[in-house]
Amino acid sequence: MSAPIKSSSGGGEAKVLSSAEIARDLVFTGIITALILTPIVAIRTQLDQGSLTWHPRFGLALSLAGIVVAARLLFHVLVWNPRAKAALEPDTEASRPVVAKGPSLADRLGPKVGPILLVLAILLPFFFIAIGHSSGLFPGWDRRGIDFAITVLLYIMLGWGLNVVVGLAGLLDLGYVAFYAVGAYTYALMATRYLPQWFGPGILPYAFFISVPIAAFLASMWGMVLGFPVLRLKGDYLAIVTLAFGEIIYQVLQNFSRFTEGPRGIGVPKATFFGIPFDKSDSGFASLFHLEYNRIQYFTFLYFVILILALVTFLVTRKLRRLPIGRAWEALREDEIACRSLGINTTTTKLTAFAIGAAFGGMAGSFFAVRQEFISPESFKYIESAFILAIVVLGGLGSQIGIVFSAMVIIGATEMFRELEFLKYVLPEGTEPVQFRMLAVGLAMVLMMRFRPRGFVTKREPTVYLKEKKSVSADLVSQGHG
Amino acid sequence: MVRAWESNPELEVQHLSMRFGGLTAIGDLSFNAARNQITALIGPNGAGKTTVFNCITGFYKPTEGLLKLNHDDGKTFLLERMDDFRVNREAKVARTFQNIRLFSGMTVVENLMVAQHNVLMAASGFTFGALLGSGGFKRADAAALEKSKYWLDKVGLVDRADDPAGDLPYGAQRRLEIARAMCTNPRLLCLDEPAAGLNPRESEELNKLLLSIRDEHKTAILLIEHDMSVVMGISDHVVVLDYGRKIADGTPAEVKADPAVIRAYLGVEDEEDDVEGKAAAAVVHEAVDHTPAPIATLEASLETPPPPDSRPARKPVAKKVPAKKAAKKGGRK
Repeated sequence: MSAPIKSSSGGGEAKVLSSAEIARDLVFTGIITALILTPIVAIRTQLDQGSLTWHPRFGLALSLAGIVVAARLLFHVLVWNPRAKAALEPDTEASRPVVAKGPSLADRLGPKVGPILLVLAILLPFFFIAIGHSSGLFPGWDRRGIDFAITVLLYIMLGWGLNVVVGLAGLLDLGYVAFYAVGAYTYALMATRYLPQWFGPGILPYAFFISVPIAAFLASMWGMVLGFPVLRLKGDYLAIVTLAFGEIIYQVLQNFSRFTEGPRGIGVPKATFFGIPFDKSDSGFASLFHLEYNRIQYFTFLYFVILILALVTFLVTRKLRRLPIGRAWEALREDEIACRSLGINTTTTKLTAFAIGAAFGGMAGSFFAVRQEFISPESFKYIESAFILAIVVLGGLGSQIGIVFSAMVIIGATEMFRELEFLKYVLPEGTEPVQFRMLAVGLAMVLMMRFRPRGFVTKREPTVYLKEKKSVSADLVSQGHG
Repeated sequence: MVRAWESNPELEVQHLSMRFGGLTAIGDLSFNAARNQITALIGPNGAGKTTVFNCITGFYKPTEGLLKLNHDDGKTFLLERMDDFRVNREAKVARTFQNIRLFSGMTVVENLMVAQHNVLMAASGFTFGALLGSGGFKRADAAALEKSKYWLDKVGLVDRADDPAGDLPYGAQRRLEIARAMCTNPRLLCLDEPAAGLNPRESEELNKLLLSIRDEHKTAILLIEHDMSVVMGISDHVVVLDYGRKIADGTPAEVKADPAVIRAYLGVEDEEDDVEGKAAAAVVHEAVDHTPAPIATLEASLETPPPPDSRPARKPVAKKVPAKKAAKKGGRK
């Protein structure tokens, strides 16, 4: 729709339109819409036994025109009206109330936000158990709630891992899911094939805890394998090669059936509480801790496993950022040539970024395998990489707290559509709300990029300070060269 | 008279040539830069000065020639064979850039901490030690912060220490870039037009800073500069380039009086033979603050025998090609 007439005079000043002017505008809108709709909607041609007949649909055209006029009226009242505009967008210069665009929620909460989130995260599963199981108000919500929280935490961890590569070192990696896949298959193959073969079946209860560090190691090796060829690449070229790398891993998983079982996938054993299984038997977790057996205990356990893994990712990354290696990553993002002029070996700096980011991806992958209890190449398609990258970008490049929020928004948006059963009654027959999840995610991304182009957290925390810690505005922070 | 740069050179440039395709940016250039002295490299636009810098600091690999750096403890480095980051890390050559290259999204003090990367990296046990909380790293980190503070004090930026580098005014960014280069403990500091865009007062401060770096930190300085008040005021030795070739080499006074230099800058034969140094310097100053007139190019081209193919198109090409190469190189290393 064309821009309103308001900005015609007065140096761009918004002009208040009188009612008569609005009415005239609406009449014109109606006429123009009707003219446009006449050939494309009102006159419908159809082939009838060799001859072309036309079926008028003026009623439909008129109602569409009516909708357009009504929408324009709404715009006049709500959006283009300067008074309404001031109310809707408080950050115009006329009035700047408290709820302004400037600092986001995370920015304003500042240093308190981390501990608050941690406490909430620890209490969350008990909250779900309380409302879902103990109270009996929302039956089944304990399982679903914890499952959802596990998914969100998994993506938060992946976001924090990718953040090392994309947010700190400024290297655009579209193939991050490859390391996730390496981690998942490491656990799957270790638990089902190699560990029992090497150490006998007695090792199986401990397989997960043995596999996680191995997965991290193998994934970081693959990170370096990816790192070497892309050292010389930047920007679009780097993105394309990493994309191809992700695709190669996917294809290998699909086709190297002797090793990966191909598209049939691998069934993966459950994790245990350091050797104690979660089952009904006398040696199980429930009877050992004198609890009533409930499957929710296993999910709660998984929740805390991923919470600990994510916290490890968070703390290690935060520490690394304040070490010379982390500063070199950020310097690399800012200006690679200046880095080299200061004697920083950019090759090893990039490789460490790839390796460490990949290691976290591998750990997350192991967890994914144990949680799904089944993996196949289908879980490691490109769209996963895109999701993780979107989480990092929307969180605000380099910001760890921002990633928490963006993962909640993006994964929340996708998962929410699984719950919107009532939409079935609103939508036309045969449409499933679930089908719209990706559409909703896409819309959410577009909106967020429109209103928060630099992500949720738009400030960079300095790693060292002399007198006073001042955040760096995102306008100054480079987004990296690739 | 024994000249310092002949008897005790920090940097020896011998028969350096750099060709980009058919264009000879530097042709058979030889000069020395003395230890603990300020050597200025001057010449009209496109004379190849920045290309010389890029060769010395390892960003370009010269087509021919030898670049030898002598530390006073007897170690020598052949710079043309070293990777760019090794030139800084091992041979201790630091540089600044004509278009400032600060880490603008990092704070001023972070910029200086990044410059001490190699020292801190070793102290952090290549990250593993520091992750386990080694005390050695904490001490090294504190020492690095002290050093940053020292240099901030030196360049007058202590008050802005926690501000983003990109927020600083232009002159302060130039000074910060020098401080950042000095944080790498260089033996030779290469400054590419440090006074560009500075007002006279800032230029004066810059002179003081450079003299103190030379005298207190025993660092040789190689300087590209168009501002003759800086060049003539502080340098001990001036090398004049034109079309990639050396046309004069000597003390500031000698260079000022050199007819070839005056011709290169002004493009006219002076009527009087006994040009006074001061008057010539004034004219030279005037000339370099503006782009040399086309006639200067023409006259100079008659003076120095050029490589035949590149000559007419030299002005635009000479400026463009190195920039492109630099970008390409940046992408590849």
